[in-house]
Amino acid sequence: MNQGLQFDDTGRLRHLLTIEGLSRQTILEILDTAESFISVGQREIKKIPLLRGKTVVNLFFEFSTRTRTTFEIAAKRLSADVINLSVGSSSTAKGETLLDTIRNLEAMHTDLFVVRHGESGAAHMIARHVPPHVRIINAGDGRHAHPTQGLLDMFTIRRYKGDFGKLKVAIVGDILHSRVARSQIHALKTLGVAELRVVAPKTLLPTAVEKLGVISCTRMEDGLDGVDVVMMLRLQRERMQGAHIPSEHEYFNLFGLTPAKLALAAKEAIVLHPGPMNRGLEIDSAVADGPQSVILPQVTYGIAVRMAVMALIMGGTPGNREETRGAAAGGVRTSGTGRKRK
Amino acid sequence: MSLVIQGGRLIDPANRVDGKKDLYIDDNGFVVGVGKPPTGFKARNTLLAQDKIVCPGLVDLRARLREPGLEYKATIESEVHAAVAAGITTLCCPPDTLPVIDTPAMAQMLQSRAWRFGLAFIHPLGALTQRLEGKLLADMEALDEAGCVGFTNALSPVTDTLVMRRALEYATTLDLTVFLHAEDPWLRNGGCVHEGEVGTRLGLPGIPEAAETVGVARDLALIEQTGCRAHFCGLSSARAATMVAAAQKKGLPVSADTTAHHLHLTEHDIGDFNTLCHVRPPLRGQHDREGLRKAISNGTIAAICSDHQPHEPDAKLAPFARSEPGISALETLLPLSLKLVDEKLLTLAEAIALLTHKPAEIIGVETGHLGLGATADICIFDPEARWTLTEDRLVSRGHNTPFLGQTFHGRVTHTLVGGKLVYEFPPA
Repeated sequence: MNQGLQFDDTGRLRHLLTIEGLSRQTILEILDTAESFISVGQREIKKIPLLRGKTVVNLFFEFSTRTRTTFEIAAKRLSADVINLSVGSSSTAKGETLLDTIRNLEAMHTDLFVVRHGESGAAHMIARHVPPHVRIINAGDGRHAHPTQGLLDMFTIRRYKGDFGKLKVAIVGDILHSRVARSQIHALKTLGVAELRVVAPKTLLPTAVEKLGVISCTRMEDGLDGVDVVMMLRLQRERMQGAHIPSEHEYFNLFGLTPAKLALAAKEAIVLHPGPMNRGLEIDSAVADGPQSVILPQVTYGIAVRMAVMALIMGGTPGNREETRGAAAGGVRTSGTGRKRK
Repeated sequence: MSLVIQGGRLIDPANRVDGKKDLYIDDNGFVVGVGKPPTGFKARNTLLAQDKIVCPGLVDLRARLREPGLEYKATIESEVHAAVAAGITTLCCPPDTLPVIDTPAMAQMLQSRAWRFGLAFIHPLGALTQRLEGKLLADMEALDEAGCVGFTNALSPVTDTLVMRRALEYATTLDLTVFLHAEDPWLRNGGCVHEGEVGTRLGLPGIPEAAETVGVARDLALIEQTGCRAHFCGLSSARAATMVAAAQKKGLPVSADTTAHHLHLTEHDIGDFNTLCHVRPPLRGQHDREGLRKAISNGTIAAICSDHQPHEPDAKLAPFARSEPGISALETLLPLSLKLVDEKLLTLAEAIALLTHKPAEIIGVETGHLGLGATADICIFDPEARWTLTEDRLVSRGHNTPFLGQTFHGRVTHTLVGGKLVYEFPPA
């Protein structure tokens, strides 16, 4: 699956569209490269010349602050020229328009498109129709995938928890509509976590979710029991409209992550959230700002992970490869499996 | 032009004929002899059909020709050529053209346009409600007079159950057949794939099986109440087929069809957002495909149709949910049905029956068989010929088929309409 589209003939990553189909080795390579980029953000001059002369277009058909900003910072730290385009994604926007937009920008010799779109499969469609030298990074397509978010979550988990094989992980919230959840599930399964649970009311669980290799739970008591990692998802406040939940109040009572519910998890459990958070809806402020929260580090790591993905995808030439290694060697590399929480 | 079709294996399921028999056709295009010529018959022409199958021209219960209104996708002219190249001599058109077929003038216009080309016969299905809005009944008697062979709201659901009841009652009054696309619009909820494994993985909004079964259950309850003769179009789930079988067993006057692609593809063929597999109703799971196959082999489903929906290329060049549903399917109807014979699900005669006299009976049109006196609408195919479906082979204007590159067994070599040769491969 995806083998043809995401990889070139030699098996190198060409586009990043979804985590599904990436090997464990590829994911680890991205995480290791990201480790080497962490230091860049800590230097006084936060720039390396890896993508000098390359043009990156952030093409966002959906509103985003943090993803777009971190992609922009990541590209700038790699010395690329970055253009941000927010295209209103009205429901009437047609496929032709989307392809025409891409073709026009392509004619301006763009090297990399970072694309966010409201429709599942949009990044795949674009990747199928761009010339071979143009690269695509999916920054979120509909409910399908948000691979860099999934990767930065893996980076964060590895830093705090180390070996994936020993971990029990729970993903909590609106699994049905979440591209983040799907990317997290593929990443965690590929990295071989000991146990992966999803927790939500039945109205927010996809019918065939267990086919993805997860255990589905409809009670927080079952879902959080003894887990090492709790990954919260954002709940759209409008979910009452589709009769998915009765009220914010009832959702918070049943599925909101409070200190009491977090106490069901392992003592040293960490809490992740892709942001933006709805405090008092899916997560209690006491947890969000509490000692087990790694929500802000996620954002910081997001830059390094996005730099790593861009570098690996764009690093097609041997020269660039050298530069990647140079940056890695020059960096103050933190130990591979991360610093444990105190 | 009197004609003898010589040396072929004649399969005419309606008349239980299967054997090496010559077929004699008179100057007016009627069958006048099967196996032996009538006395004094002299054929002016001979068509040699050694090693070929001679069967009635195929009857397709659902094909959109895109005219009028969507001529940038296809036209009657382009699609009747595709039909005869596929051995199809009779086509039914749903009324969801622009404008809708809800007036006698529209129904007549369509037929007369088709007549100009003298290729396949076109039978319109009339709108069940005006403009397919599900509110006011269409003039069914006038449409019936104008040649409509059935009435349907096509893919626009009649959500108001009272209107549906009245429509069925009124159709019963006039002894008309109603064609139903059973689908609960609320449960469909804008979905574009089966609510199952693939939809879950790709994050595409799903259409649950219950959208179909709830629709079938509602319609069956109204059919039982009104006694209306009804035909379920394009069943996609095993459960719906079981419900129709139970209704038939109870004696309700219901029939059903499914499409050739639902008998071969599943949701898994969507792979990585292959928009060519975007169809409505959606491709469902393995279990459903097996259920549909069982229903065609036990007779619950009486017809295989193409559900032909040609598109311009741009219609499929979009993110999956935004791409337009439908397959250009005329030219794979026979090959996909013959594949069911290769796979030992059906005998050759059974497959031909599902494509000829059985669908003809559903629309009440005197075609689909080759008994004495029948109109000589004939399909002749070479059952052994192997060929690969490529874009340049397609006659239809629509090239939107997920079967491109597939190799098939069995190729149409001649098509006759009213005794006249309208297609020949290779061209003479």
